[in-house]
Amino acid sequence: MSDVHYPIQNSRDALESPAAPKRSRMQELWQLFKQNRLAILGLIIFVLFFITALSGVILTSGQEPVFNPAMVRLQEKLLPPFSRPSLHTLRPAEVPTLGIYLFGTDDLGRDVFARMLQGAWVSLTVGFVAVGISVLVGIFMGGIAGYFGQDHLCWDHILIVLILSTGAVLLAVSSSYWGTACLGIGLACLLLRLSKTPKKRRRRPGMLHRKALSIDTLIMRAVDIMLCFPSFFLILTVVALVPASMYNIMIVIGLTSWMGTTRFVRAEFLSLRELDFVTAAKALGVGNFRIIFRHMMPNAVAPVLVSSTIGIATAILTEAGLSFLGFGVPPPHATWGNILSDGKRFIFDAPWLTFIPGIAILIVVLCFNLFGEGLRDALNPKLRERG
Amino acid sequence: MNDALLSVQDLRVYFRGRDTLARAVDGIRFDIRPGETVCLVGESGCGKTVSALTVLRLIPCPPGDIAGGKVIFKGINLLGLKETDMQKVRGNQIAMVFQEPLTSLNPVFTIGDQIGEAITVHEAVEPDVLRERCIQLLKDIGIPSPEHRLKDYPHQLSGGQRQRVMIAMALACNPDLIIADEPTTALDVTVQAQILNLMRFIQDGGAMSVLYITHDLGVVANIADRVYVMYAGIIVEQGDTPEVFHNPRHPYTQGLLASLPSRSRRGDRLHSIPGAVPNPAYKPSGCPFHPRCSLAVATCTTRFPEMVDHGRGHLSRCPVTRA
Repeated sequence: MSDVHYPIQNSRDALESPAAPKRSRMQELWQLFKQNRLAILGLIIFVLFFITALSGVILTSGQEPVFNPAMVRLQEKLLPPFSRPSLHTLRPAEVPTLGIYLFGTDDLGRDVFARMLQGAWVSLTVGFVAVGISVLVGIFMGGIAGYFGQDHLCWDHILIVLILSTGAVLLAVSSSYWGTACLGIGLACLLLRLSKTPKKRRRRPGMLHRKALSIDTLIMRAVDIMLCFPSFFLILTVVALVPASMYNIMIVIGLTSWMGTTRFVRAEFLSLRELDFVTAAKALGVGNFRIIFRHMMPNAVAPVLVSSTIGIATAILTEAGLSFLGFGVPPPHATWGNILSDGKRFIFDAPWLTFIPGIAILIVVLCFNLFGEGLRDALNPKLRERG
Repeated sequence: MNDALLSVQDLRVYFRGRDTLARAVDGIRFDIRPGETVCLVGESGCGKTVSALTVLRLIPCPPGDIAGGKVIFKGINLLGLKETDMQKVRGNQIAMVFQEPLTSLNPVFTIGDQIGEAITVHEAVEPDVLRERCIQLLKDIGIPSPEHRLKDYPHQLSGGQRQRVMIAMALACNPDLIIADEPTTALDVTVQAQILNLMRFIQDGGAMSVLYITHDLGVVANIADRVYVMYAGIIVEQGDTPEVFHNPRHPYTQGLLASLPSRSRRGDRLHSIPGAVPNPAYKPSGCPFHPRCSLAVATCTTRFPEMVDHGRGHLSRCPVTRA
């Protein structure tokens, strides 16, 4: 190396200190994000909500919670906010911890403040878990559709999948003899198909090997079909079938809202796939799935991040709506939706029962939307130029 | 030739359209011996890049179609390998440097990550060793203060530095062959010279072969041991670089060389070959160059020319200039 003339190496000292101040990507984003006052407000409320929900689950659960959301005090019912409990009619254990009903009491004399705290955790987890599920499904489906989209499925693939799924359904429904048989046949076909990879391409493929439809078509038409159903009614139907619990609600909301993400990711992938760095990664010998999830996904994730922030708001609203209709999290557990629903009978006598959860939902949903929009502005280089 | 590291034999790559068949590469044949630099030269659209991508099997397979031929690398036909085996060849034994350093690096990862990945894809390396190797690679290709540069993102580097990083990634696993697809086209002239020096230096260091694809005859004269001139998907002339440059036999090569600006013809108009490269879907019959050729005779329009041997490995595909 020593006797080779290197212009750059010889003038190394001059280049040692880069002239431009270095800022990481995150710092740059933060600078842009900071300029949007409303987004900062959204972020602050989001953090407060997060802390509230987290402390809510700690303070309201366990054998002897600090705030007991299930404590019934019939003599204290429908008290307005900031009213004090009458200490001589209550047993000491029944007196609220703060010594005051911050948000009043409901028709059973339960402390609305404690119930709101408990409900905050439900809203938070439903929002995050449901959106987490939908983003995972969406990224996976979108990634496959965008990257492998042009590859075709043959009739035999479809047949094998059909046989296998019929077998699975039969087994699940009645665990019958036929189900096992179907699964066995399906697996046998699959193994046969996998073992017999055709070395030489035949010019005229047989009926079963003829191309049926592309993967892209399959996934995107599935998305279209899912989008055809009015999603709230789809959720209502599913919730009527499965036993109601917090986790089922999350899963159902998640599995009915992945279509938008799929479309986003696919669209990003269609353009990313043509870029040189993908070919360059292939030329390094990187495998397909590593290219999809390590090289392309981080480049496609910005719009997904934005839509999922707004998606959290939608999921919280959906959960509140379900609880309001009585299909949500089962009753002893408080959610903002069912506090609202319980309170609606007393809207003229005790308006705080509807206004407090209603305003809470409004504020949280609004803050997620503001935060999401701020994030979108910061991440989108085209909007950046304008500011 | 048995001593060749890479031997491409009668390679044909077609692209099928709805009702057209574009014969992008139409039966080319070339060899690269160990330690040799071979240039593929030609105008835009003559099939240089497609040939290079086909060696690594990076042509998307519909619409592309490798219609025939062999790519023998170390005695193995790469076109017959399974995809998983092919992945072990890519990057590890044959590496590629792309044309656009601006888009060939992933914008969301640091260059340390990307060079590191080039290594870890093929070898299991401890993180400390990996870091050391990345720094050494950056040092080798002449990037100042490599320890700090490892944490830089591609957008923090200049075009020349990015191309150096691409070369470092190609060198990461000590490949036997580097395919460089116009690595200097997107760079300005001074940086171009630096990159060429670097390429030459790399080759002196390891016993690496380089397949260099370019349309710049100045570059060819600088670095190539042998040169293959391509036109419309076929090789029209081949030979040792000095031989081809001083004694070009094919009218296309002659035209290319005459088109170079030169100090002795100062003030004159630059020569240019009339017309353009034919659309690979609608090639002229006979010799594909005949519509633009000043020496064309009647038989050129009907007979596809055979290779004519001019001795010492110098061949050209033109019966008229046999002399």
